[in-house]
Amino acid sequence: MSAATSPVSTSSRAAAGPPSSASSPPRHKVPWTTRLKRDRSLLIMVAPAVLLLAVFAYVPMLGNVVAWQDYSPYVGILQSPFVGWANFERIFTNPLFLDAVLNTLIITAFQLVFFFPVPIVLALLLNSVLTPGLRTTIQSIVYLPHFFSWVIVVTIFQQIFGGAGLVASRLREAGYSGFDLMTNPDTFLLLITAQSVWKDAGWGIIIFLAALATVDPQLYEASVVDGAGRWRRMWHVTLPALRPVIILLLILRLGDALTVGFEQLILQRGAVGTEVAEVLDTFVYYQGVVNGDWAFAAAAGLVKGLVSLALVLGANKLAHLVGEAGVYQKA
Amino acid sequence: MTAQTEKHTPTPPTPRPSTRSARYRALLRGKNRPVWEEDPSPLGLLVKGVALLLIVGTVLYPLYTVVLTSLSTQADITRSGGLVTVPGSLSLSAYTQILSGGIVTRATIVSIGITVVGTVLSTTVSVLAAYGLSRPGSFAHRPILFVFLITMFFGAGLIPTYLLVSNLGLINSYWSLILPGAVSAFNVLILRAFFMGIDRSIMDAARIDGAGDWRILGQIVLPMSKAVVAVVALFYGVGYWNAFFNAMLYINDNAKWPLQLVLRSYVLQGVTLPGSGVGQVDLDDGAVTGLPVKMAVMVLAIIPILVVYPMVQRHFTKGVIFGAIKG
Repeated sequence: MSAATSPVSTSSRAAAGPPSSASSPPRHKVPWTTRLKRDRSLLIMVAPAVLLLAVFAYVPMLGNVVAWQDYSPYVGILQSPFVGWANFERIFTNPLFLDAVLNTLIITAFQLVFFFPVPIVLALLLNSVLTPGLRTTIQSIVYLPHFFSWVIVVTIFQQIFGGAGLVASRLREAGYSGFDLMTNPDTFLLLITAQSVWKDAGWGIIIFLAALATVDPQLYEASVVDGAGRWRRMWHVTLPALRPVIILLLILRLGDALTVGFEQLILQRGAVGTEVAEVLDTFVYYQGVVNGDWAFAAAAGLVKGLVSLALVLGANKLAHLVGEAGVYQKA
Repeated sequence: MTAQTEKHTPTPPTPRPSTRSARYRALLRGKNRPVWEEDPSPLGLLVKGVALLLIVGTVLYPLYTVVLTSLSTQADITRSGGLVTVPGSLSLSAYTQILSGGIVTRATIVSIGITVVGTVLSTTVSVLAAYGLSRPGSFAHRPILFVFLITMFFGAGLIPTYLLVSNLGLINSYWSLILPGAVSAFNVLILRAFFMGIDRSIMDAARIDGAGDWRILGQIVLPMSKAVVAVVALFYGVGYWNAFFNAMLYINDNAKWPLQLVLRSYVLQGVTLPGSGVGQVDLDDGAVTGLPVKMAVMVLAIIPILVVYPMVQRHFTKGVIFGAIKG
């Protein structure tokens, strides 16, 4: 519930319209029965979405009780016996789980270094393209792969870098054989990062371009008058404008540290092996749905969810400490 | 790239603008460069141009080879040893084969159906919810907002969701591909932020004239928010069209598979596709086999995105920015 107390103000700040707390009518003067009557169409409008969330988001939250049960699908949640913390004890002594955690963290760390900065550099490059038509065209092209499914992206990579792919066949003509990036565990990190860059780095620039568009041109003009060259302008004007966005995205990424391209990895886990491709989410899927160890998998998933929640809240706290707005603020 | 070039050019650009050096300089600067900016160096411009070409090429080249391969014959494929990069003899037989009934045709229809129904449902429900939440101080405004926000910070997890869907009897039902992810709190907040930014005085005027909330939403708010609604609809639509994992979880009957799952099994994993030639190797010249069919399935999965994308793309910055920078 601690999560719940803070995000409210997000929404009011997100409004970008009238500040809600100031402009909202004095709430307690109007009796609630009158407000209920006055706002009944608003409530009816919200109802379908709330109903869907209640059933498909909140009921499963309660369904996490199976993590404390010796759950069997034939007996059901209501009849399965409770076993205390036994499933959680099994998780933390399970070497496969610990490997999955380790793989997840390695992928997150690697992508933080080799994926995260790419959109920033791309945005700076594109921002320096001054011809409007050319710029829009390039934008449309680099956004496009974001809208392809992971199946398509992985298949394209397989057709180019796989054992029967384009690169392998060219190398074979040149006398080299045995090139296959898709099944090589040693280069797997590079492969999935390249896939992520191809798919999403272009889309990632949109938020940086928006931030760059808000920079007041007079700042540049003034710094030129003060004798600042290109690089000093970038350092003292452009990058400070990007700072809040970069920090916001870092927070979101940190909160998502335990979530690494589930669809992307589940497509390639078989080809490259679990040693490098088993992450927390795939672990939960294989242990639960495939092996039928439901309670064990649910416990693993729950631990992941709770740690992720703590990470977002922690990262946001950290942002406040260094004087940034973060994702949400205290009311 | 550095400011060195400044000293090569005379600082006051007034004298004799028609000289060769002045014309060269004007060419380098382009029309849109602000006056305070230094002249670009030719080398810098060249490096930038090459970099941009490489980036655009990296996106487009794979798509080109995939489309070309889907249109090629087995002879071309044997010659190139995989994806075709140089056009040979072109034919549409791969497409006629996958679209003449069989599992790919069926999967395409399933995907279109799920995408259309899902997008309409999700967008409608989200627009209604966003409007319902757009007036701070309304009845139970904050608690209801919480209901949405919490789902952005804590997900229930795969296993309990699967158990729920299974207990509701939705396994092998198309609804299992629509209902569990039908509402995205993030999209609701994007819409809500936009609705809240609309000038209140227009709505107040309509209210005085006797319009209720339904009319205000339908006749004032929605016509003013076409762009952001289009972007949210695209997000939902692309989500439904591209999803494969939910079908992998909930749909056991492969006659009901959506296109992406067919693509995964028969194209990516190379399982032989019953009765349509995908995955089968047939060296008969001219016959459509293996790779062209596989790539044709790929193209089939990409086409709807290429069709819808340009229509919505120009609204991206407007629509996305509102929600994306929500802090």
